[in-house]
Amino acid sequence: MSQHAPLLQAEALRVRLGAREVLRGLNLNIGPGWNALVGPNGAGKSTLLRALAGLQAPHAGQVRLQGQDLRSLAPGERARRLAWLAQQGDVTGELTVRETVELGRIAHLGLLGTPGPADRAAVERAMALTECTPWQQRRLHELSGGERQRVLLARVLATEAPLLLLDEPTTHLDAPHQVALARLLRRIAAERDGPRAVLSVLHDLPIALQADRVLVLDDGRLCADGAPTDPALQATLVRVFGGAIRIDADAAGRPRVALALEADR
Amino acid sequence: MNADARRRRQLASAMALVIVLGLAAGLATGSAGFSPSALRADLLDGNAALLLGQIRAPRSLGAALVGALLGLAGAISQGLFRNPLADPYLLGSASGAALGVVLVLAAAALAGHGLGLSSALWIERVGLVSAAFAGALAGVGLTLLLARGAVQTLRLLLAGVVVGVVLGAVSDLITVAAPDTLRGKQMFMLGSTSFMGWDALALLGAGLVPLLWLAWRHARALDALTLGEDSAASLGLDLGAVRLRLVLMLSLGTALAVSQAGLVAFVGLVAPHLVRRNAPGAHGWLLLGSAAMGAALLLVADVLSRSLIAPEELPVGVVTAVLGGGYLFWLLRQRTAV
Repeated sequence: MSQHAPLLQAEALRVRLGAREVLRGLNLNIGPGWNALVGPNGAGKSTLLRALAGLQAPHAGQVRLQGQDLRSLAPGERARRLAWLAQQGDVTGELTVRETVELGRIAHLGLLGTPGPADRAAVERAMALTECTPWQQRRLHELSGGERQRVLLARVLATEAPLLLLDEPTTHLDAPHQVALARLLRRIAAERDGPRAVLSVLHDLPIALQADRVLVLDDGRLCADGAPTDPALQATLVRVFGGAIRIDADAAGRPRVALALEADR
Repeated sequence: MNADARRRRQLASAMALVIVLGLAAGLATGSAGFSPSALRADLLDGNAALLLGQIRAPRSLGAALVGALLGLAGAISQGLFRNPLADPYLLGSASGAALGVVLVLAAAALAGHGLGLSSALWIERVGLVSAAFAGALAGVGLTLLLARGAVQTLRLLLAGVVVGVVLGAVSDLITVAAPDTLRGKQMFMLGSTSFMGWDALALLGAGLVPLLWLAWRHARALDALTLGEDSAASLGLDLGAVRLRLVLMLSLGTALAVSQAGLVAFVGLVAPHLVRRNAPGAHGWLLLGSAAMGAALLLVADVLSRSLIAPEELPVGVVTAVLGGGYLFWLLRQRTAV
């Protein structure tokens, strides 16, 4: 694979949920780096992520993962190349934190394989990155929403897949952990051992604007795609959010976003 | 060893003890109720070979095996459907198995008029297990079909109710048309351990061992399902195939159990609850623990059913229903008291 070949491509992707067409002929390329997917409620962000993960069949168009049609890949092969984090962790059962993170190795172990040193190292590393290690023996249902979210993120990291699709990974996180997550995503995307791409749906615009690249989705279409410092992209963002946000630059020239409250308008 | 592992070991030891004591109590329970002194007298009389070897031992061992199958099927069902209230019976397998049994009984009754008693008995004997198996499978299959898969829990449970009602109505219709089947059907519905001989044990054992092994091989898939169906699929599981295999295991386990002992109530629902509550763990433990818990529960219930109103017997399903219902009621009070 060449340096510039996209890890993931969507071509003329259309997805219907019931009678409604949620994605309307969408084209995109995702390459190494941290890509943030933003847009108003109902824009189709989660549906796009599910379609890219192979969890939602498109009714037209296709998704290519490292050049191959996603549908032609066996489930295990697909899972070794991309990992997906659900928006709402709908978790049942009695698993501990560690057992949950270990599930990330299924694509490598199958249902019966015994974890080897590489699997254990991946699990340890994922827990360390998300700061779950100290409470790895606690059960998921004993954790707060934010703690659980970090465990589920660790489960995704433990796959060591080159492409991570994360739906609202900042949900339930407090401010320090949101900042830590932003740093983590940037670090993963810049890892030296092979190109890694992160595509994360983020409703948190201050975090989204820290990404390498921002994709703006509105009404099932990609309406802007570029660096967060791009003035045209910022103008599109303000427009799709109905003028409810303001974007300016801080002293260092980094984009800064705030809610445009009534008094400011 | 951490606290969880210790709790699991303690519960496993306790269950093993209850199973051993339950088997011993089963041998000592006869027409005089639970009576070790009567057992001693029987042993001295030389009646032991017939009484213990041909009646009490297979019956108690059969109760343990049926209980184990129901506990295992309950744990699979609750894991597969991600619902602690899921039960093999709620998904149409019981009504399907009952319909299968009623059909065979009716066929045997009809054939009894046309073909003579020996062939009728043959149909009844050979047909019951396969009819219960096919009926359970068809019941669960119909539920999954109506629910359009196992994605939505509420839809699934509703579909199970619909299948239960409809197949139950068909069974009722057949019993109205062929009243000879009524008595057999009632025995089946109440559950009983009294008809199990060594051949039944061989069948139950031959089913239980591979099912335990197969289910245990799917423990990691059931663990993955706790994260949600989409997350499990994203981990690389072929969810359609995994779900189908789990439904087959669950239906086979339930069908084997109900074909030998009828519709023993609540064991499949309560056994996994008791294990989770006392020693929670991943499915590798939960599946085997629930089977052991089911065995212990049905053994105790069997001894109670034979001793409470001796020399008469209560149907064992009535005892498990009272015990299981009581436990769930207690659980409900515990929850609301918090």
